[in-house]
Amino acid sequence: MPPTNAPDWPRVQLHVVTGKGGTGKSTIAAALALALASHGRNVLLCEVEGRQGIARMFDVDPLPYAERRIATGLTGPDGRAGSVYALHIDPESALLEYLSMYYKLGRAGRALDRFGVVEFATTIAPGVRDVLLTGKVYEAAKRNRRNKDAIHYDSVVLDAPPTGRIAQFLNVNNELAGLAKMGPIKSQADTVMTLFRSPRTVVHLATVLEEMPVQETTDGIADLRAARLPVGGIVVNLVRPRDLSTEELTAAREGRLDRARIEADLLAANVELLPGLVDGLAAEAHDHAERRALEDSQRALVEELGLPTYELPRLAGGVDLGGLYQLAALLREQGMA
Amino acid sequence: MTTTPRKPRLRVGPLASTALIAPVLDVDAVLDDRTTRIIVCCGSGGVGKTTTSAALALRAAERGRHVIVLTIDPARRLAQSMGIEALDNTPRPVVGLEGDQGGRLDAMMLDMKRTFDEVVESQANPEKARQILDNPFYIALSSSFAGTQEYMAMEKLGQLHRDARRTGGADLIVVDTPPSRSALDFLDAPERLSSFLDGRFIRLLTAPARGPARFMTAGLGVVTNALNRILGTQVLRDMQTFVAALDTLFGGFRQRAQQTFELLQAEGTAFLVVAAPEPDALREAAYFVERLTEDEMPLAGLVVNRATQPPESDLDADEALAAMARLTRHGTGTLTAGLLRLHADRSRMVERERLLRERFAAAHPGVPTAVVPALATDVHDLDGLRQVGALLAEG
Repeated sequence: MPPTNAPDWPRVQLHVVTGKGGTGKSTIAAALALALASHGRNVLLCEVEGRQGIARMFDVDPLPYAERRIATGLTGPDGRAGSVYALHIDPESALLEYLSMYYKLGRAGRALDRFGVVEFATTIAPGVRDVLLTGKVYEAAKRNRRNKDAIHYDSVVLDAPPTGRIAQFLNVNNELAGLAKMGPIKSQADTVMTLFRSPRTVVHLATVLEEMPVQETTDGIADLRAARLPVGGIVVNLVRPRDLSTEELTAAREGRLDRARIEADLLAANVELLPGLVDGLAAEAHDHAERRALEDSQRALVEELGLPTYELPRLAGGVDLGGLYQLAALLREQGMA
Repeated sequence: MTTTPRKPRLRVGPLASTALIAPVLDVDAVLDDRTTRIIVCCGSGGVGKTTTSAALALRAAERGRHVIVLTIDPARRLAQSMGIEALDNTPRPVVGLEGDQGGRLDAMMLDMKRTFDEVVESQANPEKARQILDNPFYIALSSSFAGTQEYMAMEKLGQLHRDARRTGGADLIVVDTPPSRSALDFLDAPERLSSFLDGRFIRLLTAPARGPARFMTAGLGVVTNALNRILGTQVLRDMQTFVAALDTLFGGFRQRAQQTFELLQAEGTAFLVVAAPEPDALREAAYFVERLTEDEMPLAGLVVNRATQPPESDLDADEALAAMARLTRHGTGTLTAGLLRLHADRSRMVERERLLRERFAAAHPGVPTAVVPALATDVHDLDGLRQVGALLAEG
């Protein structure tokens, strides 16, 4: 996709990021939050899986159930940055907060906890747990007049459960249907669904160019669509370097690389021609070309999905905080933020 | 199973780099040891647990053992090639084994809900069982409770093990574990479920049915009131029915959970922790290793999948980058510049992965480790599994 300056999701307030394990969904969620936080904007990055991944990525203390400013966003074209806040949502705290906020259950809330109700509600009924988790995200995204002291966020990024579970997780209504056909928890679920199904929400899918993750992405999109949840873009992560041209790749695969030329270049660049060097480089190129061919076939499948697609390189040194800003800049260049 | 020779305690100085190298995991020794009856592969999601389990099972079978592999959620094509796309919760023979060692491989995919239903049916009379199976809380619990999958994988393992003992069938069961959100879920699942069933809230809900509710305090009124307001009466009623029905099964559940836990601790079990050379995956692996040690579970070793293959030439990464920069500056040799960049990239990744593994080994000394290079393609047939098995055995 050609670089563009106009972001692809101008009206979106809630960005949900999912992906198969190992595709780097948390990294992408973090990079997206940094990219969105420019121009003085406030962005909230939420995690719901109890991993404390945000704290590790941003190198801060483990996050409590409270919004913390964790980083300055990526500087925008106008030279201004914004702020990234983070929130670690756990179902127990969310339930107690929910009880005190909507029911003014001070004493009873504590009694519920004492009787193990909180544990019950948050472990046995996954529907209830997901309503609590998503309900908190909803509260942050839709925060308004009711709470004047709270920070107003321009966008919220949710590091969501993996692709295999995402539709179920967001489709809280459906999950609850068997358990609660009416009552307050059901109406809470309804409200949350209204936001999730609105144009203010998109669900992005992270993948890598390998067979299983691409297949899972395809399945995940079908699940989301079946649940009438808005599908956003696909972020293709960990893409191999693309320094070689198509012809060079073909030559490398067929063992026809111009060795004389490579030798001459190496000499010109003052590299000592140790025995086996050219052979080694050619063998590495062959290996790389094979993997690139496989990547290309998976990329074609991703393109067939017809969604906005963003690509992020595999950083050879791993992703540290600096790497996150690098990835954020790449997402912005490609118009994701 | 193999016992790792106890390493002599060395005084390790900062330069004693030998201490940083983990002993090599001898996979074949584990597979060939007839006293190994169960192999559990655990690790975080996306590290190739399912493939590793299937590859180990196939290798063991082709080395003459009668193996059952219990997979959780295999990729479609892999499942097809093993003939287990049909979810019927029973091991099915895999055809196409090579060699003449007289081994056999049966494979199955876990059906979590069905396994749970079967437990209920085996523990209650038909009428009671029906009552439970139809309850919306049971349906939620059995199909999506965080931990049910883990618990049911262990339950199924227990069943397969008992069957094998009784019929003298399989002599090795290889089990894949679900990609838990937390490393601890699957070990905790049995305990969590039983402690949950024994919890205060359950007792509160069932108390009236148990006769004199003397110990119930004024708290009860507050609690039921609050629940009514939050959940609505219908939910509360379903919950009560469910809990009352399940209460009778409770003893059975607890006992089974305990048996499974003991089975895992027993001599013939070997745990393999599977990881990828990434900080997150290795952190989870470290968790597993610590936890298994704590619970006295027999840890056989660590498998690091998806390792970057060492570069073919040993040109230094920095030198390669410098040369690349010179070529680019001259505007010549784009092909060679590209090759140098690829080389530098790969060297750096290998170096980084080596460091990660070293740190792991330093923090968890003496864990036998097998490093499996990343394959160019996904594995979706027996040949692929055989190749992975061979790489595992090479360590």
